Amino acid sequence: MNVEAQRISPAPIRKSLRVKASRQKAFDTFVAMGGWWMKSHSIAPAGQKDVVIEPRDGGRWYEIGNDGAERDWGKVVAYEAPERLLLIWSLTGEFAYDPDFETTVEVRFTADGEHTIVDFEHRDLERYGEGAEQVRGGMDGGWGELLGGYQAAAEAG
Amino acid sequence: MTNALAFAALAEPTRQAIVEHLGARPMAVGELAALLPVSRPAVSQHLKVLKDASLVRDEARGTRRIYSIDPAGLGQIRAWLDRFWDGALAQYAEAAEREEQE
Repeated sequence: MNVEAQRISPAPIRKSLRVKASRQKAFDTFVAMGGWWMKSHSIAPAGQKDVVIEPRDGGRWYEIGNDGAERDWGKVVAYEAPERLLLIWSLTGEFAYDPDFETTVEVRFTADGEHTIVDFEHRDLERYGEGAEQVRGGMDGGWGELLGGYQAAAEAG
Repeated sequence: MTNALAFAALAEPTRQAIVEHLGARPMAVGELAALLPVSRPAVSQHLKVLKDASLVRDEARGTRRIYSIDPAGLGQIRAWLDRFWDGALAQYAEAAEREEQE
């Protein structure tokens, strides 16, 4: 069996935003993630209180539930305020934390006059394919409902 | 579901073309090979890769094997993540601009 041929490379998800804020403010707001994260996207049974990106290389990236319990999402590889953030996102297709499941999120902040260009990339997505059985299991539950909603919206639009 | 985001997700052009064709309707290897400038064995090999990545699935229909988009596969996950980050980053941009004004 040709193992190499089984590898597939989905293109990274890339987003570029132009935000009307200074680079420092753009960075600070990004890392204060609990201030803008969608509360519906939480792995805390008690609901989400905050999301923490520890301000150091090797730091944790985690969620704090309304009951105070912490749940890891991933880790901080590089914390280069105010220009770059390199994170590991370890939430699987089931939205479950798995420290061995590593996808990469990189965010770059570039000053553009009074604005800041925010370049976002989520890569190594082929790892979702490697965990296909896991993904499929998750899709039967909550993930499937989310996708169902998405599908309905996509088809309506 | 017409999953344009999943189609764009593939970096390899032949595999992307295969997924696009299968997005239109399920097909056998021979039908795909007739539509593409590559040999039938090459199409089979690409299909194997796509199947291993949960982008397509196959089912036996008589003596033929029919390929279709895997509704529970990686393409769906990527499309979901793409939408998810659009939503999250829109919220982020609003928050950053609000902070800046304060």
